[in-house]
Amino acid sequence: MLRFVLRRLLSAVPTIFIVVSISFFLIRFAPGGPFNLERALPPQIMTNLMHAYQLDQPLWVQYLHYLWNVLHLDFGPSYIYRDFTVTELILQSLPYSLEIGSFAMLIAVVGGVAAGVFAALRQNRALDYSLMSIATIGLTVPNFVIGPVLSLVFAVGLRWASAGGWGGGGPRDLTLPIIALALPQLAIFARLTRGSMIEALRADNVRTVRAYGLPARVVVVVHALRAAILPVVTYVAPAAAAVLTGSVVIETIFGIPGVGRYFVTGALNRDYTLVMGTVVLIAVFIIVFNLIVDLLYAALDPRVRYD
Amino acid sequence: MMLKALAKGGFAAFALSAAALLAAAPAFAEVVLHRGNGSEPQTLDQAHTTIDVEANILYDLYEGLTIYDEAGNIVPGDAESWSVSDDGLTYTFKLRADAKWSNGDPVTADDYVYSFRRVEDPKEAAGYANILYPIKNAEAINTAKPDAPVDVSTLGVKALDPKTLQVTLERPTPYFITLMAHQTALPVYRPAIEKFGADFVKPGNMVSNGAFTLSEDVANDHITVAKNPQFWDAANVKLDKVIFYPTDDQAAAVRRFQAGELDLNYYFPTDQLKQLQQSLGTDQVHMSPSLATYYYALDERQPPFDDVRVRQAMSMAIDRDFLSQSIFSGGQLPLYSFVPPGIPGYTPAAADFGTMSQLDREDKAKELLKEAGYGPGGKPLNIEIRYNTNDNHKKVATAIADMWKDLGATVTIVNLDTKSHYAYLQEGGMFNAARAGWTADYPDPENFLFQYISTNKTFNYGGYNSPKYDDLMKQSYAERDPAKRMQILHDAEALLMADQAVAPLMVYASPWLVSRKVHGWQDNAANQHLSRFLTLDQ
Repeated sequence: MLRFVLRRLLSAVPTIFIVVSISFFLIRFAPGGPFNLERALPPQIMTNLMHAYQLDQPLWVQYLHYLWNVLHLDFGPSYIYRDFTVTELILQSLPYSLEIGSFAMLIAVVGGVAAGVFAALRQNRALDYSLMSIATIGLTVPNFVIGPVLSLVFAVGLRWASAGGWGGGGPRDLTLPIIALALPQLAIFARLTRGSMIEALRADNVRTVRAYGLPARVVVVVHALRAAILPVVTYVAPAAAAVLTGSVVIETIFGIPGVGRYFVTGALNRDYTLVMGTVVLIAVFIIVFNLIVDLLYAALDPRVRYD
Repeated sequence: MMLKALAKGGFAAFALSAAALLAAAPAFAEVVLHRGNGSEPQTLDQAHTTIDVEANILYDLYEGLTIYDEAGNIVPGDAESWSVSDDGLTYTFKLRADAKWSNGDPVTADDYVYSFRRVEDPKEAAGYANILYPIKNAEAINTAKPDAPVDVSTLGVKALDPKTLQVTLERPTPYFITLMAHQTALPVYRPAIEKFGADFVKPGNMVSNGAFTLSEDVANDHITVAKNPQFWDAANVKLDKVIFYPTDDQAAAVRRFQAGELDLNYYFPTDQLKQLQQSLGTDQVHMSPSLATYYYALDERQPPFDDVRVRQAMSMAIDRDFLSQSIFSGGQLPLYSFVPPGIPGYTPAAADFGTMSQLDREDKAKELLKEAGYGPGGKPLNIEIRYNTNDNHKKVATAIADMWKDLGATVTIVNLDTKSHYAYLQEGGMFNAARAGWTADYPDPENFLFQYISTNKTFNYGGYNSPKYDDLMKQSYAERDPAKRMQILHDAEALLMADQAVAPLMVYASPWLVSRKVHGWQDNAANQHLSRFLTLDQ
C-alpha cells in the first residue's frame, strides 16, 4: 500500500513537468503580452518592463529559468498584480476557496447521495421524478444565473444574506456562494447515485440478503449503497479538484477573494506566471484526489488491492 | 475549524491585529465609507501604477504637489505655492510647512527628488515614467540601454532647502502643473522603501502623506484606508475609514449597492441606465461626461482608406445619435471632435459635418464616395471592422457595419480579446477600421492630440502623416501664452478632423452610483473624487 502511494507520487513528477512545459509554451502562443494595454506603453518603457521581467530573453532561456525556479518552489512575480508574487497570491486566496469549496463539496456529496438513494428506492414514482427534475434543473441552469437569482432574492429582497464580499466570513456572507457552488455538483451526485443504486438494488447479492429477511435499512445502506457508491466516488476526484480550486463565476458574482479567478483573469491578462501557478495548483489537486479515490476503492471494494 | 483557521492565516492575520488595535481606540461610532472601486488595483506603488482604480486609492493615501479638488480642478496640494521662470523652464515649489508623513516626519523637497528619480530609473520599469519626461534628462535616464550605467542624479530636480523644490524642464511644458497632480508624481517615503523594498506598499510598512493611511489589503476582497491624524488638513477629513472593494462584476455591484452594502460604486452596466434611474432614483445614478473618447481609428496607409473622401464618407455615415441613444441609453454622448469637451480654456474643433443632420450627412457621404469612385456602379468597397471583445463594442460594430452597408460597402467584423487586439494595432498591423478608446492622463488637449504626430509609432495606429499637423504641434510646445497655445492646438485638431484621420464616436461617461447618504460629491470631467472631500450620514 505504502509502495503504491510512493510510486504514484513519484509518477506525478513527470506528469507535472509535462503539464508545466505544455502550458508554458501554449500561453506564449497567445498574441500580445502582459504589458499590451488598451493604453499602449511607449516602446522604451515597454523595453524597460520586458527587461525587468526578463521577457526580452529567448523563450528557451525563459523556459529553463522558469523550470529552475519552479524546482525551488519559486513561481515568480505576477506581471499584473505587481505588488505580489504568484505564491503570495495563491497562498492568500486558496484558503478562501478551500473554505467555501469544502462546504460545497460536503453539501453536494451528502445531499446528492441522499437524494439519489431516495429517488432509486422510489424509482419511477412521484418522489423520483420530482427529485430528478430538480437535479436536471440544477445541472442545466448555469452558475451565472443561479448566483444572481439567489443574491436578488435573499440579499437584495429579503436581506437575509449579504449580496457580496467575504465580510467576516460568517454564514451571512458565505451561505449563498456555497449553495451556488454546491448545486450543480449536488445534481450530478444525485443522478449518478440514482443510476448505480437502481442497478445495485437489482444485483444478486442484494436480492439474496433481502431474501434472508435483513431489515430494509441494512440492505440499502450496508449492501446496496456500498456497491453503488463506487462510480460516485470516482466522480469525487475531479469534482473536488474543481470545486476546491474555486470558480471564477461564483467568485466574481459574490466577490469572494478565491483562487479560481486567477486562472481566468491570468490567462486574459497574459499574466504568464500566474497562469502557470494556477495550472500547477490544479494539476496537483487532480493528482492528489485521484490518488485518494484509488485508495478509497481499496477500502470499499474487496476486489481491489494495491500491492 | 481548521479551514477557518487557514482562511484567517497569513495576510488576514494582520487584519486581525489591526482590528484589535482599532478596537482599543475610544468607543465612538466610526464613519466608514464603503466604496466600490470598479476593479482590483494592480499595484499601490506610484512608480508602477497605470490605471484609474489605482489612482482612486493612491490619491487618498498620498498627496502630490498639486491635487484635484472636489470639482476636478487642479489646486495646490503639498505645495502651497510655486513660481515659474520667464523662459518657462524652471518651476520652484514651496512645500507646506505642516506637510507631514503618517509617522510624523516632515515631507521634504528631498522626498520629491528621491521619488521622481525613482520613477525615471529604468530598473524600476515605471509604466508611466513618460508622465515626468518633460523634466530635464528624464527621458534620457529612463531610456538608457538596459544594464548601461545610469546616473539618476542628473534628473532636473533639486532641493534648494527642506521645503523648497526646484524642477528644471527639458522644454517649456505649459501643462506641467497638471502633470504634478498625476498619481505617478506622488511622493514616496524613502526609508520605507530602503527597509522593505517592493513590500513598502504592504499595510504596516507603508508610510504615506495623504488624508488616509493603508490599514488592510486583501487582494480581490478589500483595501481599507484609515484617517491619517498627521495629515495637515486632518481637521477637515470627516471619514474615519474608507473600504475599497474590487467590483468587477457590475451587475453584482448594483445588487450590493441596492442591499446597502456599498455607499459608492464606480461603474454600472450603462445599458441599464434608464432602469437604474427608475429603481434607484436619478439622484443616486450619476453619468457624467469624462475626458475620454470612444473612437474608430482609420488606416490610411492603404487604399482606398488613403483617400480623405472615403474616410470622411465612412465617418459621416455613422449615426452617432443612434449609438448614443440605442446602445448607451444616452449615457455616452455623440462626439464629432477628437478632444472631448470639458478642458478649461479649450474649445474642441469639431468636424464640419458635426452641425449637419444625419440625413444630410448620409447624402453627402454617398456623394463623396461616388467622387472617389466607390459606391453603386463604382469600385467595390470592402471594410473590415476590428474590435476588442466586449458586449457594447460588439453592438457598436454591428450597428456601424449596417450603416456602412447602406453606403454600398461590404463589411466584415473581426473581434479579438483586448490584449490581442491592442498588440496587433500597436505592433503596426494593417487594418481598415479599428475600435479604440483614450482617457486623458491630464486635462490638456495635448494629451489627445500628441497621438497623431507622425513620429508617434505607438498610438498613431492608422499612420496619419501630415507635416502641417506636426508643425502645429511643434508650435504648441513652444508657445508660452496659454490662450495662443490653445488656439494652435485647436487649429491642429481642426486639421485632424478635416482629414478624418480618426472617426470620433462618443464621449465616455463615468458611471457612478452615489448613495443619498454621501455628501460633497461633485460630478467632474476629470473624474476625480478624493474621499477626503466626502462626508457620510450615519
